[in-house]
Amino acid sequence: MHIGFTLAVAVTAVAGLLAVGRANALHALLYLVVALLAQAPLIYLLGAPFAAAIQAILYAGAIVVLFVFVIMLLNRPGPEADGEGRREARRWLLPALLGAALFVEAALLLAGLALPVAGTVTVKALGADLFGPYRVAVEGASLLLLAGLAAAWHLARGEP
Amino acid sequence: MIPPPSVALLLSVFLVAAGLAGLLARRNLVFLLVALELMFSGAALAFVAAAARWGQSDGQVMFLLVVTVAGTEAALALAFLLRIERLAGTLDSEAQRELRG
Repeated sequence: MHIGFTLAVAVTAVAGLLAVGRANALHALLYLVVALLAQAPLIYLLGAPFAAAIQAILYAGAIVVLFVFVIMLLNRPGPEADGEGRREARRWLLPALLGAALFVEAALLLAGLALPVAGTVTVKALGADLFGPYRVAVEGASLLLLAGLAAAWHLARGEP
Repeated sequence: MIPPPSVALLLSVFLVAAGLAGLLARRNLVFLLVALELMFSGAALAFVAAAARWGQSDGQVMFLLVVTVAGTEAALALAFLLRIERLAGTLDSEAQRELRG
């Protein structure tokens, strides 16, 4: 089991634990971003490049960003109120470690030193599956998204 | 040595367990949703690990569907969060004890 795989697993596990353990909401969300992003190279190494891209773009890039926007919309101070603490070097240790681990992971993947541990399923095969046996599921997913859209619009237009 | 898809499956179980622990331990609604998202990602990872184990793309199709459901759930949960915060004035899940009217 090579270093790329182990690193991705470790970063995901550590960031996942931190995401549910922090007191500051934004810290928890950012550790969630790290956990979700660290799953992307893991998914790539499991032979699913398209799924890895979707994980990075949709999960870490859209869903958690939505969380961050909503947190910032809630205009309540909460139990954290950070402010002056960010200049202490000690606070940078763990995020720097996680960021460095992700960077090393990306460098390993780009340099070709970490190869997929399972056979890569091509995007073409995945597309053939989606347009073939699973087209009903795709239509169902689009119906779900439409329902979610309608519900979110309805919830958002309520009384101010 | 444990094969990599099994290690990924172990990690997905760990993520679901960590998310469950966070779901049970936290009171603020925001942290509950964060823990829920972690559990979703663990479940999605399990499907990809299974796809790697059998060399088929069906697990990746399920991964896409899980991400879709997770996104929809996150959007609606956050919309509810905003409404609850406006109506109840707090994000404490313990404050919402009774179903009224």
